[in-house]
Amino acid sequence: MTTSLSELAGRRDLLYMITWREIRIKYKQSVMGMLWAILMPAVIVAAGVVVRYGFSLMAGTSLAPADVASVSVRAVPWAFFVSSVRFATTSLIANTNLVTKIYLPREIFPVAAMLSQLVDFGVASLVLLVILTALGVGVSVQLLWVPVLVVILVVLTTGLGILLSAASLFFRDVKYLVEVVLTFAIFFTPVFYNARMFGRLAPALMLNPVAPILESFSNVVVTHAAPPLWWLGYSAIASLLTFVTALSVFHKLEPYFAESV
Amino acid sequence: MTDIALRMDGVYKKFRKGELYDSLRDLIPALAGRVLRRRRREALAPREFWALQDVTFGVRRGEAFGIIGANGAGKSTILKLLSGIMRPTRGTLQVNGRLSALIEVSAGFHPDLTGRENIFLNGTILGMTRAEIRQRFDAIVAFSGLEEFIDTPVKRYSSGMFARLGFSVAAHVEPDLLIVDEVLSVGDYLFQQKCLERMNEIMTGGATVIFVSHNLRAVSTLCTRSLLLERGRVVELGPSNEVIRAYLTRGREARALEPDRQIRITDVSLGPPGSSRVQFETGEFLEITVTAAARTPHSDMSVVIAIADDNQYLVFDTCTQRLGMGPLALDAGETLRCTFKVQLRLGQGTYHVNAYLHRYVTDQPYERWLHAATFFVGSTPTLRGVAHLAPSLVHCEKHSLASLLTASGAALSAAAGGLVGEGVEEPAQRATNDIGEKHVADA
Repeated sequence: MTTSLSELAGRRDLLYMITWREIRIKYKQSVMGMLWAILMPAVIVAAGVVVRYGFSLMAGTSLAPADVASVSVRAVPWAFFVSSVRFATTSLIANTNLVTKIYLPREIFPVAAMLSQLVDFGVASLVLLVILTALGVGVSVQLLWVPVLVVILVVLTTGLGILLSAASLFFRDVKYLVEVVLTFAIFFTPVFYNARMFGRLAPALMLNPVAPILESFSNVVVTHAAPPLWWLGYSAIASLLTFVTALSVFHKLEPYFAESV
Repeated sequence: MTDIALRMDGVYKKFRKGELYDSLRDLIPALAGRVLRRRRREALAPREFWALQDVTFGVRRGEAFGIIGANGAGKSTILKLLSGIMRPTRGTLQVNGRLSALIEVSAGFHPDLTGRENIFLNGTILGMTRAEIRQRFDAIVAFSGLEEFIDTPVKRYSSGMFARLGFSVAAHVEPDLLIVDEVLSVGDYLFQQKCLERMNEIMTGGATVIFVSHNLRAVSTLCTRSLLLERGRVVELGPSNEVIRAYLTRGREARALEPDRQIRITDVSLGPPGSSRVQFETGEFLEITVTAAARTPHSDMSVVIAIADDNQYLVFDTCTQRLGMGPLALDAGETLRCTFKVQLRLGQGTYHVNAYLHRYVTDQPYERWLHAATFFVGSTPTLRGVAHLAPSLVHCEKHSLASLLTASGAALSAAAGGLVGEGVEEPAQRATNDIGEKHVADA
C-alpha cells in the first residue's frame, strides 16, 4: 500500500494533468461551463425543499429557513460523493487505451476522477456560502470541523472509487449496480431528512458511513452544534478501512488489468 | 548502479483464449471451482496457453538489443512485461532506470485537447514532469513540424500529424532504456529519417535500446546482439548476424516438414555450397542454387528465380528458359539442381529470393517457394537508391557569366526560329529557361 502511495506521489504531475484533463474536457464545448458544477447540487436542494415542504405541511408547521439551509448543506457533499463514485467507477474502463498500452500507476484514474469532482465541490461550496449567508446562517467555532469532515468524506469516496473502478474492469455488472444503488441511495441517506426523525431506528441509518458525515455537516454549519462524535468516529474508521482495503485489493488486481479489459 | 540495464530470468507468461468470465453470474461458479481444486500456477487450464516460456536474457547498459521472431512468437508480450503493463506468471524481471516505450506513442492523446495541451498530457503520461516538458516544449514542437497547428484540437489533425506529434513527445523523454517497436512507419519519408536520427542520438547518448522489428536489415545494423523467439521460447541468443541467420534457416526447416508433394523445391541456397553468407556488398556476385525433387514424372518445366525487396516489389527475375535452356523434364525420383549467378547491382536493403518451378503448358507454377532465402546488401554511402546504375562522369565544365550570356543569346535567337530547346547546350538551356518561355508566350 505504501508503495502505491509513494508511486502516486512520484507521478503527481501526471495526477495533476489527468485531473486537469477531466475538468478541461467537461467544460470544453459546453455552453453551461462551470454552471454544471452547481447544477446537480441545485437539483438535489430543490428536491429536498419540496420534500421538506411536504413534511412541514403534514406536521402543520411552516418551512423554516434552517430546514432549507440543512438540506443545502447536506446536498452539496452528497452530490460530490455520488458523482465521484459514479465517475471513478468507470474511470478505468474509459481509459482502456492507457491501461493496456502504457504503464502508469493506475490508481491515478479513480483518484483523478475524484479530484476533478472535488473542484466542482469547491465551486458549489462557494455558491452554498452565498446561499447560507442569505438564509442568515451565522458563524461559530464548530465550523473548524468542516475541513475534518471533508477529509473523511474524501477518504471514503476515494476508497470506494478505487475499489469499484477495479471491480468494474473485471465485471461490467458493477457499473450498472453502482448506477442503481447511487440513484436510490439518497432515500437511505439523511439528505432530505434528519436521521433523528427516525427515533429509535436512527442508528440503523447511521450505519451508512456517509450518514454521520452529512449529519455532522448539518450540525456544525447550520445549528452550530458539535457533530455526533461517536458516529463520526465510526465513519472515520470505516472510511479509512475502505481506503486501505481498496488500495491493497487494487494493487493485487493491477497485474491482471491489461489482460482483463 | 549495476552494469545490467535489464534482465529477465525464467519468465513465463500464460494467456487465456476466448472470453473471461465477464459477469458476476459466471464468476461465482468459477471462484468456487478455484477454491475446490487449488490449481498449481504452472498447470494449464483447458483454454490457456503459454505466450512465453522460460525466457532468460540480459541487456547491458548502453547496448542495442534486437528481438526478432515471427508474428505471435511473443515479442509484444515481452515488451508489455518489460514496460510493466503486465506481470509475468512466473519468473523475475528487473529493469534499471527510466524506461520509455516508443510503442503506442499517441495512446495518451485526447481528441478534444489542442496539440499544446496534449504535449503536456502525453508527456506526463510517458513519464516526464511538467517542468521537463516546459523546458523541451519548443524542441518537441519543432521536431513535429506542427508549429502552425499547435493550438488546434488534435481531432482535426490528419492521422499522419497525430502520429508525428505522438512520436515527437515520446522522442524527447530522454529515457535510460528505450523500447522501439516498428515505430519507423510513422509519417512521411522525411519524418522517418528524422526519427532514425533521433534514435541514433538517443543511442549514442548512452541509452539502452530494445528494438523489435520484422525489418531484419534494421536489426542487423542497429543491434549488436539479438534474441530469436519462436512460439514463446528463446531459440537463439547472441550476435545479431548469427541470430538472423538462424531465423532464416529455421524458416527453411519448417518447410522441410511440409506434407509431401509430387514435386518440390527442396532447397534454395545462396553463395557457394556450404557457405551461409547473408551479407553482400553492391557489385558482388551471388550464386543462387535451387534444388528440386520429383516423386512423379514432370515435363515442360523451367526454374524461375525472382528477387523482391522488403515491400514485395519485384526487383529482378530470370529463368532457365530465358537463359537459353530448353524445357526441363524430371523422372520419378530424379533431382534437379540449378545454379544461377547474378551480379548484385543493388542499393542497400533487404532482398528476398522467390523460387518457382514454372510449367509451360498451363502457365501455372508447379511449385513455388516465396522468401526461400533472404540476403542483405550493404553499400558505401556514395551509393543511394535501389539500384546500382554504374554511373560515370562524362562531362562537367564551368562557364563564366560572359559565356552564359552569349549562350543565352544564341538560345533566344534559336527560340525565335522555332527551335526551342533543340541543339542547345544543356547548362545554357537551364539558365535561359525563364526568358525562353516568356519569349515563346509573347510569340
